[in-house]
Amino acid sequence: MVELGKYAGTVLGAYGVTIALLLGLVWMTMRQGAKMRRRLEEQERRMGRNG
Amino acid sequence: MSIWEYANPKKFMQTSSWALPWVTGLAVLTLLTGLVWGFFFTPDDFRQGSTVKIIFIHVPSAMMAINCWAMMLVTSLVWLIRRHHVSVLAAKAAAPIGITMTLIALFTGAIWGQPMWGTWWAWDPRLTSFLILFLFYLGYIALWEAVEDPDTAADLTSVLCLVGSVFALLSRYAVLFWNQGLHQGASLSLDKEEHVADQFAHPLWLTMAGFVLLFVALVLLRTRTEIRARRLRALEARERMA
Amino acid sequence: MLALLLRDLRLATRAGGGFGLSLAFFLIVTVLVPFGVGPEGGTLARIAPGILWVGALLSCLLSLDRIFALDREDGSLDLLATAPIPLDGVVAVKSLAHWLTTGLPLTLAAPVLGVLLNLPQSGFLWLTLSLLLGTPALSVIGTFGAALTVGLKRGGLLLSLLVLPLYIPTLIFGAEAAKRGAEGLATGTPLLMLAGITAGTVAILPFAAAAAIRVNLR
Repeated sequence: MVELGKYAGTVLGAYGVTIALLLGLVWMTMRQGAKMRRRLEEQERRMGRNG
Repeated sequence: MSIWEYANPKKFMQTSSWALPWVTGLAVLTLLTGLVWGFFFTPDDFRQGSTVKIIFIHVPSAMMAINCWAMMLVTSLVWLIRRHHVSVLAAKAAAPIGITMTLIALFTGAIWGQPMWGTWWAWDPRLTSFLILFLFYLGYIALWEAVEDPDTAADLTSVLCLVGSVFALLSRYAVLFWNQGLHQGASLSLDKEEHVADQFAHPLWLTMAGFVLLFVALVLLRTRTEIRARRLRALEARERMA
Repeated sequence: MLALLLRDLRLATRAGGGFGLSLAFFLIVTVLVPFGVGPEGGTLARIAPGILWVGALLSCLLSLDRIFALDREDGSLDLLATAPIPLDGVVAVKSLAHWLTTGLPLTLAAPVLGVLLNLPQSGFLWLTLSLLLGTPALSVIGTFGAALTVGLKRGGLLLSLLVLPLYIPTLIFGAEAAKRGAEGLATGTPLLMLAGITAGTVAILPFAAAAAIRVNLR
């Protein structure tokens, strides 16, 4: 493990916040993307059947 | 072969579905390598101790926060002039990424500032400019959310982006003036570029490239979602008509 | 154009037009500040220019959504858009009307309220001058924000969110000029910058606002 000295909390905190925010953004993006793809496929299937 | 080919949503979807895995993989690879290198294999700074490692996330996120707005400005202009939907949808897709980057830059800056300057926050020109940038992103996203008709929203947000860019630049210089008016120059700001030695610069280049690639991957993914949302809306409207 | 200006002025000053509202709000904000920071004269004198500028800015914000909302409701905005005068001109006249009924009264009231905040003698002239130069920019920027949100049901809050960041440069230079004036320093640079912002916004933003209105009326 890398030696961070007396600033361990600072450095880990900064990396923690960054990783949390980035993961949150990626998760949100992927969730929205998956949801939209599902809804669109559903709609296309329904319309393909009806029309 | 011109760039305008990608203005066709179908063409964009085809190309982006091919490019997305590559960009994503490359982004993860670069980002991980850069961060691991920066976090584990760089020495401590003699003055700042281990906090210097924060540079590997602080600088790239700050860079992307500004570049993201610049990209939104260009795509908004393209929409206003050439009416390509993909362009404005990319701007819409980029805004939440930009605001996240701004937040990361602000938070890591505050966490870094606490031990170095003895304060979480100072009304330093750079810090203040980023706070203002955050407000601009907030307004832009809020306007997208508020307007129902997609084309109206696209036009209004694009106009706001143009005007906002002018005012963001104006604010940047106003803030420089304002702070010097109080403090006789910025005593707290560090000019990072001048101090960075090679052993820090190399992983920094990597993380910067990683952030750019991550941004591209996320924009592609989010734009695809927006295009699908648009198509869904059109299909639903057609269904109601029938 | 002149008829439109007179009509807007009449509408604003009539009962229920909200003419006195911004002034009353400005007064109340100024009165509240000493309760918040304490009655000590030195502190008040030091923050007076900034407080008066922020107060004027917020009071200005209060009446922005009235610029187009009423005309939109009764359909006269559509008439104005199809009238044989350019929409950019209509927007400019409406900004002017807003300034005459809001910015100018606020400018005139500010020195009186300055007494309440123990503003130094030397500050009165510069405060009034900076507000006189700066408030037109506030009106024009606000008109642009109002044009962006004119089609929305509850655009008031969004309007503030959009307009306030755009107000930052004006506020910085305006308050700086007033502060320097109060401290007896040279005020030339911030006043020039302030005048520059006002001139620039007056020249450009009516076109952007007119474009936004055209989009909203589509």
